[in-house]
Amino acid sequence: MTTTPQVQESNKEVKAALRQEYKYGFVTEVEAETAPRGLSEDTVRFISEKKREPEWMLQWRLRAYRHFMTLLARDQHPRWAHLRYPEIDFQNIICYSAPKQKRKLNSLDEVDPELLKTYEKLGISLAEQKRLAGVAVDAIFDSVSIATTFKEELAKRGVIFCAMSEAIQDHPELVRKYLGSVVPYSDNFYAALNAAVFSDGSFCYIPKGVRCPYELTTYFRINTQDVGQFERTLIVAEEGAYVSYLEGCSAPMFDTNQLHAAVVELITLDNAQIKYSTIQNWYPGDAQGMGGVYNFVTKRGKCQGRNSRISWTQVETGSAITWKYPSVLLQGDGSIGEFYSVALTKGYQQADTGTKMTHIGKNTRSTVIAKTISAEQGEGTYRGLVKVMPSAENAWNFTQCDSLLIGDRCGAHTTPYVEVRNNTAHLEHEAFTSRVSEEQLFYCNQRGIGLEEAHALIINGFCREVFKQLPLEFAVEATRLLEMNLEGTVG
Amino acid sequence: MLEIRDLHASINDVEILKGVNLTVNAGELHAIMGPNGSGKSTLAFVLAGKPTYAITSGQVLLEGVDMVGMAPENRARAGLFLSFQQPMEIPGVRLDQFLRAGYNAIHKARREEELDVLKFDRLLTRKTKMVGMEAALTRRYVNEGFSGGERKRNEILQMAVLEPKLSILDEPDSGLDIDAVRIVAQGINQLRTPQNSVLLITHYQRILNYVQPDYVHVLINGRIVQSGDKDLALQVEAEGYDRFEAKEQALDLSPSCPPLPKGEGDVSPSLLGKGARGLG
Ligand SMILES: Nc1ncnc2c1ncn2[C@@H]1O[C@H](COP(=O)(O)OP(=O)(O)O)[C@@H](O)[C@H]1O
Ligand SMILES: [Mg+2]
Repeated sequence: MTTTPQVQESNKEVKAALRQEYKYGFVTEVEAETAPRGLSEDTVRFISEKKREPEWMLQWRLRAYRHFMTLLARDQHPRWAHLRYPEIDFQNIICYSAPKQKRKLNSLDEVDPELLKTYEKLGISLAEQKRLAGVAVDAIFDSVSIATTFKEELAKRGVIFCAMSEAIQDHPELVRKYLGSVVPYSDNFYAALNAAVFSDGSFCYIPKGVRCPYELTTYFRINTQDVGQFERTLIVAEEGAYVSYLEGCSAPMFDTNQLHAAVVELITLDNAQIKYSTIQNWYPGDAQGMGGVYNFVTKRGKCQGRNSRISWTQVETGSAITWKYPSVLLQGDGSIGEFYSVALTKGYQQADTGTKMTHIGKNTRSTVIAKTISAEQGEGTYRGLVKVMPSAENAWNFTQCDSLLIGDRCGAHTTPYVEVRNNTAHLEHEAFTSRVSEEQLFYCNQRGIGLEEAHALIINGFCREVFKQLPLEFAVEATRLLEMNLEGTVG
Repeated sequence: MLEIRDLHASINDVEILKGVNLTVNAGELHAIMGPNGSGKSTLAFVLAGKPTYAITSGQVLLEGVDMVGMAPENRARAGLFLSFQQPMEIPGVRLDQFLRAGYNAIHKARREEELDVLKFDRLLTRKTKMVGMEAALTRRYVNEGFSGGERKRNEILQMAVLEPKLSILDEPDSGLDIDAVRIVAQGINQLRTPQNSVLLITHYQRILNYVQPDYVHVLINGRIVQSGDKDLALQVEAEGYDRFEAKEQALDLSPSCPPLPKGEGDVSPSLLGKGARGLG
């Protein structure tokens, strides 16, 4: 089902769109160690060597690299998404860039102050985060994990939260067991690329029966022009474990496009739960559609154990292009998959995002709530698949995808696919497209609330069900981010 | 406080208000009565500045300032309040959050103190008690799932919070049982002061048993055809609107009528009075 808007925006003030400047568009001057431009077997070896990786890791990367080159040779770029962008030249990107450092860092005090300043500008001062109870932060700057806070406290409970490169060194048995088990390198074009050249990411392991006492947070930041960021995140929750994980993203303003092709894998064993929340605010490009991040991400969780649960919550406000479908494989009987999404597109942004819920086990349940907001010339697409396998007795799904249009030049498209191979399945689907109504706006105006604030209120209300899923402080952040992004597009 | 001079307004190029004249002084409560479709809500919306209506001629002065062309939020900030006949739902937006946004926007425009969540909450609790509304309702989404009575009481609560100079209440009694009407009327009475004014729009005389109007006007087909005191409302109640409609038609047939003359209400002074000012 596709809904194409034919909406007349009568309000002149809405059309007088003054653009809000991207607030995170600064570049940090730090010395960096950078791989040569382009992609070759040497690039892969260079990265693996920089990381002092064991042989099995290098071999895995090389297999992925060869697979990617085959796909590339056969011209197998994924083209099914509702996105338009020029072909990416993989020989013109830098796959690896690391801030130069003399030695491994043991504490936050040793981190380059320039980097710390960057985080302060981003509003996530690590120093402050350390004092603030409840949030442990892992920060990825270009390709390398800079500092991980709270490590000791987490270690006491047996929780491992560290950079992927560290995990490969310190916990090879865990990494080897789970890496690629949910998203194999052969999964898709960008997953193959990521597996070949991934530089860092976060690794998180919650042992049996442990409820992680902190929200674990990772901030990603692209700093170098033309750099590709290929991080890889792996989270494993053992039996009865629980963790809430949050990632935030930003990038400076460049007039060229940066490629971001991440892979995230989540695994829950019996009765375990992972809540994964994303606030994505990569640079979206300028008002003419120049520059911005191309965000091609593969995120998938596997509810391997019985009665386990994986929830994806995402607030996507940035990137020139978003191609992203956080999914759940519901393998364990009675497991639950959830997807809550707000995706905003404005300017010339394009987003094709949604989820895939694959029901394999008995009595598995999934909920999908997707909110698409389009303003100016933004194009938003919800693409979802609910798949019920023959083995999935009494599968249950509820899908609701709503679109909100601001102005008459934007678009919203809804493409839900359903594939049911067990007739005990119960599926419900709701979808509607609306625009901020004149009646609601007038009601707000009559109470003294100006047009812009009225839009913000109504749009926040539209997103409420999704924001409710975020940890409180991040819900506040998401609200603020949405308002900031909508400033100037309305009223 | 409010002065309306020969107001003509239309929606989708259909003229609905055909020359309304009305003067409301500070402290007065005027009731406007009329049958369905006579233009009561149109008058309310036009005064509040709803963009879908076009004022084709005439003047609307609030405390001497012409409001024609003024954005609705600025009218609200100037002290105009409209209680909606059909209050809107705003899904996902909590009533307390919505009201604080309005309160602070108005106060900011007037360079008065804005309130943080805690202070506003205290104010809101006080006001809910005053209008006899359950405080829990303010933590629900604006009008979502509210009963008819709750919606009307919510409008009165908003009036209590925003403390307007001029309140236009569009059928605050419609769809309510007699007890609910009494409660809403009590709210209105409590909020009356010698400084502020009320324009109470109603179809039925019933609410006027609890709210004392200074003047009553009958609006038929976009024109005020008769003004009087409380007794006029009783007369309407007893006789229905038929007689007034006949009067209005007589107006239309009168040769001096189309197009309606501007300025002084000289269509038929005996009927309209000067600016329909009370018993004038
Ligand atoms: N959008 C519209 N387009 C055309 N006519 C309208 C519109 N809305 C209302 N009207 C007409 O305006 C007249 C007055 O309506 P209204 O002000 O709501 O009356 P009341 O509140 O007195 O019942 C009615 O005849 C109604 O049909
Ligand atoms: Mg009406």
